[in-house]
Amino acid sequence: MLYFRYTRNVPHIAAHLSGSMLQIRDLAKRFGGNRAVDGVSFDVHKGAIAGLIGPNGAGKTTLFNCVAGLYRPDAGTITLDGNRIDGKRTSLVHAAGLARTFQIPRPFPAMSVLENVLVGVPGQSGERFWANWFAPTRVAADEAKARETARAWIDFVGLGALEQAPARVLSGGQRKLLELARAMVADPRLVLLDEPAAGVNPALLEKIIDRIAEINRRGTSFLIVEHNMDMVMRLCHPIAVMAQGKLIAFGDADSVRRNPTVVEAYLGGAVA
Amino acid sequence: MILQIIADGLIVGSTIALGAIGLTMTYSLLRFANFAHGEFIAWGAYLALTFLGFFIALGGGGAMAPLGPFSFGWQLLAALVAGAIATAILALVLDWLLFDRLSAQGSAIVLTIASFGAALALRNFLQFVYGTLPAYYTRELQIAIHIVPRDVGGGLRATPDQLFVLALALVLVVGLHLFLQRTTAGRAMRAVAHNPALARVTGIDVASVVRWTWILGAILAAVAGTFAGLVGQLRPQIGFDLLLPLFAAAILGGIGSVPGAVIGGLIVGLAESAAVPLIGAEYRAAAAFGVLIAILLVRPQGLFAERAK
Repeated sequence: MLYFRYTRNVPHIAAHLSGSMLQIRDLAKRFGGNRAVDGVSFDVHKGAIAGLIGPNGAGKTTLFNCVAGLYRPDAGTITLDGNRIDGKRTSLVHAAGLARTFQIPRPFPAMSVLENVLVGVPGQSGERFWANWFAPTRVAADEAKARETARAWIDFVGLGALEQAPARVLSGGQRKLLELARAMVADPRLVLLDEPAAGVNPALLEKIIDRIAEINRRGTSFLIVEHNMDMVMRLCHPIAVMAQGKLIAFGDADSVRRNPTVVEAYLGGAVA
Repeated sequence: MILQIIADGLIVGSTIALGAIGLTMTYSLLRFANFAHGEFIAWGAYLALTFLGFFIALGGGGAMAPLGPFSFGWQLLAALVAGAIATAILALVLDWLLFDRLSAQGSAIVLTIASFGAALALRNFLQFVYGTLPAYYTRELQIAIHIVPRDVGGGLRATPDQLFVLALALVLVVGLHLFLQRTTAGRAMRAVAHNPALARVTGIDVASVVRWTWILGAILAAVAGTFAGLVGQLRPQIGFDLLLPLFAAAILGGIGSVPGAVIGGLIVGLAESAAVPLIGAEYRAAAAFGVLIAILLVRPQGLFAERAK
């Protein structure tokens, strides 16, 4: 397996690229006889916005779920900024600095936008039983700080006016922005975005792309699964391509676009 | 007569509501119907009886001096608190021994059947420890006082103990509501109830939230048991007898909804109390289920269902 190293100069992200943020090595996950992810290895460097593309059933979401801690991989390792995270509980993976969003956004529908974002704030002493009784001042201070952080990110994604509205009234695109804010309050080092463009109107999509680029400028790395090629080609570097559980290409937009294996996979050669 | 029926219904209903809150919370967080919840009620009631003896002995023995118009003294209030704490510990131990292990590998049906077994074991152990004869917290006689004179709606009489039960149940329900809406832990609990997998991904410590749920559910169950013992008598079947009304209340209100469990409890209580003069006391449980079926035919998800689908 070849490991491509990202070294090319891309204006807005090259400045703070150094070392590996996410390292995936020989990752495998099977469901019964189906090898959903079959020996995949690649790196996401610090400060990168990496893209993960591939036809339906390529194993992208399974790989995502392995990285996020929802699935325990059958083989291989996943390292986040030097720490092994494969097979760890989702809450520990989250605590290690990894946040994610979902293909179909999942807010807590009956809770307000603010509350939805607040649940993502890590290390809240108020969630622990004894702290409420023995350290009430710390609990109150944590809650005040959490609200401040949550409000700042809600404003950042442009949902400030809807702060008190229940999440069920938000449109699909607004829910994506809400998930982005909820992911960001944890101050993650790496954010996994599962199809941020799916079902979003073009105007809101521009806003989402703009916000992702702005967050990236502040130093957060991204790994994005996306079917919207325009978005991937504009935003992502490097791009990993999966088909039938395997990594079939890895590199910049141009090299991926010209790769015959990729073209074949998309046009129905490898995957009907 | 009508006022009296409503008052009786609310008093019975408040006890059912407190029990149903715990049942609906465990259901919405752990996704199984906990048949052992009724035994938390019985154990809470009997543990309070044990602590009552302890506190009376601590106060120099003899009879408990009643507080004002009530039939009980400070010792029962202390025993109520101690019994609730002990029941919470019992629930945590049961979770650690049984439910936590089974939920890691089993399905909801495995947990439900396990809770049924746990209920049988807990009830028999209770009988073994305390015997099967009825017991009382106090032998003090209470005279019902006139609250509304007889010529207005048939009049209304209630004992001070009954009013105490109603008032404390109201305080607990309002307190729980504020806890769930205003605190960090309450917010985490609502998030886990809506969607446990999502809550996990957003970094909530679900194990800690589950402990909270057991503790709160058991405390409310113990209070419900002590109330049932205070306005009636203590029997080992006290939890089992309340179990079906609890389920009726939780389902009626919409599984997972705390306000729903409270309203459901009051409706079941009122239906039971209205059944006594209308169709006879033997059929009071049937009346509660008649109401349950009627409401579910119109609104299958219950009155206040709020679970994310």
